[in-house]
This record gives sequence, structure tokens and C-alpha cells, in this order.
Amino acid sequence: MKYSLLNLVRNSFSYHENWQEAWSSPELKKEYDIIIVGGGGHGLGTAYYLAKEFGLKNIAVLEKGWIGGGNTGRNTTIIRSNYLWDESAALYNHAVNLWEGLSSELNYNVMFSQRGLFHLAHTVHDMQEITRRGYSNHLNGIDAEILDKEQVLKKIPYINGDGRYPIMGALLQRRGGTARHDAVAWGYARAAENLGVDIIQNCEVKGINITNGTVTGLETTRGSVKAKKVGLVPAGHSSVLANMAGFHLPINSVPLQALVSEPIKPILDCVIMSNAVHVYVSQSDKGEIVVGAGSDAYNSYSQRGSFDMIEHIMGPLVELFPIFSRLKMLRQWGGIVDVTPDRSPIIGKTPIENLFINCGWGTGGFKATPGSAHTFAETVATGEPSKMAAPFSIDRHYSGALVDEAAAAAVAH
Amino acid sequence: MFVIKCPYCGERDQTEFSCHGESHIARPENPNEVNDKEWGEYLFFRSNPKGMHYERWTHDHGCRQWFNVKRHTVTDKIIQTYTMGEEKPEDDNV
Repeated sequence: MKYSLLNLVRNSFSYHENWQEAWSSPELKKEYDIIIVGGGGHGLGTAYYLAKEFGLKNIAVLEKGWIGGGNTGRNTTIIRSNYLWDESAALYNHAVNLWEGLSSELNYNVMFSQRGLFHLAHTVHDMQEITRRGYSNHLNGIDAEILDKEQVLKKIPYINGDGRYPIMGALLQRRGGTARHDAVAWGYARAAENLGVDIIQNCEVKGINITNGTVTGLETTRGSVKAKKVGLVPAGHSSVLANMAGFHLPINSVPLQALVSEPIKPILDCVIMSNAVHVYVSQSDKGEIVVGAGSDAYNSYSQRGSFDMIEHIMGPLVELFPIFSRLKMLRQWGGIVDVTPDRSPIIGKTPIENLFINCGWGTGGFKATPGSAHTFAETVATGEPSKMAAPFSIDRHYSGALVDEAAAAAVAH
Repeated sequence: MFVIKCPYCGERDQTEFSCHGESHIARPENPNEVNDKEWGEYLFFRSNPKGMHYERWTHDHGCRQWFNVKRHTVTDKIIQTYTMGEEKPEDDNV
């Protein structure tokens, strides 16, 4: 059923009790042409674009938990594309272009809000970094404005511009902003199922069947399934799946946590990031102040962050926004992020034939969801890395052609 | 957050330490003779297990010594700490 004003009115007569499920729960078939492992935004989006852009049928998405329960529902929903290097800029800006039309394309309100994103600069070095990145963005056709202190204080009058972390300026991307993270997974799931994709929840992959170096199927908690092609989009468990297929990845998995406050009246109408002190904060449409913390500096699959990391983030946050000091933080959670040496993702082929992988998004995968899904769908459909995905192959760790965004954008992606 | 038993100082809070990744990765003896693939494997590729992990830590805000930790990556439980140069304890992942 299409979501529209007409259908909203029509369903109001039956007290909204007759809306059909957004997606159903089909049984796992014996065989698929393409199986996507991982039902987050990236995986569901991949299935959606495979069906829509490439006209492929007989596709399944396997999710070990439930739709929206993984990292798609655990991030701080920030979207931007002001990356330094050409390869990343192309990929993330492709995503922003798709974000702009996503709600109408999916017929699902993902609440994409281009409220503007400020990267604060606190030192001369920060100013040089944002200036360099701003100019690089201009060359790549990405909107970037370099602001001075007065311009920042005019926009955010209650920010502490002369405290322990004095504000010298900011890099503003007006096209950046936030989106409702759950809605992205739900919207893609619903749109993919409308195109015939089977979405199988509570189905964990336990083994990958390989014959003569070619993937032939999967062992799951719901039984065996054959597949001609498999795309792994596992977020925090890339190495676990790669180990099943018998290869290693240049990845370490670490917990990344976030927290939200009680809902308050609108106060922050943009996204604020500071790489130097590692603050990133925005206000959700519900009114909560959403704060992202740093990732723990040791491997863990525990899905909870360390307490000292919370202190590490709240100190600078309150220093920059003294007005937030009386906020009560209501919820805190962690997700496992797969970090690569250069902080850029891995998209492309694996040593196994017909087995593709899209992983290693580290701390910044949410913003890339549509672009990642779109370019990975092209890779899976054609069997060769798409033009956009090509620089992000596993092989770059052998050739040395790293896309080193770790140094370029510091820690906060 | 957990408590780590430094082999030199005893039990201290984890915030005194920093982790430096997987242990027991031997640098190729003749770097000039290995190919790009082998060198890339050595530099970047890690086992990243969901289970027992062997890793190097330093006691930054203490004795500043390096040592090894055997820790479970799901529970964060530390099974053992041992000094650099000691043999790798039995691998429970298999």
C-alpha cells in the first residue's frame, strides 16, 4: 500500500488498524540468485538497487537479528560528504545526492534534514586543515564554506567561543545534516520487498560453502541455502564472516558508543563536530541531544563502550556548550565498528569467486548508506568493481594505494 | 573499562594503559625479499577474532613497559598477562 495523504485519510476511517505490514517474514527458500548477508541500511539498500536498477530477481537479505537492530539503529545519524580525497568525496557525495531524493524514491519518510554541519576549528592547525579540506571540496563540487569565529557565534550564540577550546572558525557544509536512522532501514526493507526481495530476519550465517574457490551457498540457523552470488555487508562482523570463507581482512573491530539526553525544546538547529576534542552533537526531531563518543582503542565485540570514553566526550561537550551541563543523559549504547588502517571502507571482490564484500566503514558508515548500497549493487550485479568502488578494493592494502582519510579527517567521521 | 594486571606494577585501571593491537606478528626477516602481498599481510591484515585475542599493551601512566594480554573480545575478560618475549599461551580459539 502506497503511503500517501489519500491513504492516510482512507485508513483513518478504520482507526489505522488495517495498514499492511511494511515487510513480511517469508520462509527461507532453498536457492537464490543473490544473497546479501546483513540487513542493515547498506545491505537492504544493496538488495533494493539490485532489484530496481539492475532488474534482478530472486534476491534474499539475511539478517541475524531484526531490521534496524544493528549499527543502522546505533549511530548518531549524521550525514555529510566533505571528505578530503577525491575517491571518498565521490563516494560520499554520491550518497548525499541520493539522500536528497530518498524519501520520495522509497515512498518512506527518512526525515532527511539538511540542517547544515559545522566542523569547528580551535587552533591554527585546525584552521589550516579545514581550509585545505574546504578547497579540496570546492574542486570536487562539494559545498563548503569556511567561516570565521564571528560567523560561528552568530549562528550558535550560546557556544563558548573563548573557553578551554576557543573557536577560531568552522567548515560548514550546508547540504549536510541528519536522517532518521531506523526509517532508512525500514524504508529500504519495504521498498526492496515491494520489488520481490525476501527479507529473512533472525537468520544468522554459520558457514560459507565454497567449491573450487567459488561460493555455492550458505549454512544458516534456518538451514542451508544455495546462492549463485553472495554479498557480505556485515558491519561489525566482517572478520567473522571472512574467517568462515577462509580469508583475512585488514580490519579491527572496536566498540563505538553514543548517548542521548532527555528531550528538550529546540535549541540546536545544526550539527556540530569538533575533531580536535572529539565532540559531535545534534538535536533529534524528538528533542533529544544526540552525542557521539569516541571508539575504544582496543578490539572488542562486546557492544558496550567504556565509561571513561563517556567522560572523555562529556567534558569537552560541556566546555563548548555550558548550557548543556544540566542535561540528563537518558540512554547510552554501543555498536561494533570495523576499522580499516586508512579509515576508508572496503568494497569489492574477495579471494573467493562470486563472493563480494562491503565492509570496514568504521565510525562513519551511516552517512554513506545510499551511495554504498548503490555502488555495491553495481559491483555485485556486474561481477566487477564499479568505478566508484574500485579504489576501495582489499588489494589497496597490498599495492599501498590507501585512501588515507584517517589523517585527513581526524577521528570523527 | 576493566582492570589490567601489569606484570610489573600489579592491578591498575585500564585507563592507565593503551592497547597497540595484535601480538605475535613477526616482521619478515628479509623485507627486501618478500612480495607486496606478504608485506601487506604483515602490515595490515589481522585475525580480529570474536573470541580470544592476544594483544600488546603499554602501561603509559605507570612503568611505561610493554607487555602482552590474552583477553576475550566478547566478554572483555582478561585471561592472562605476560611479558614481552614470553611464549604465546595456548590458543583457545580453535
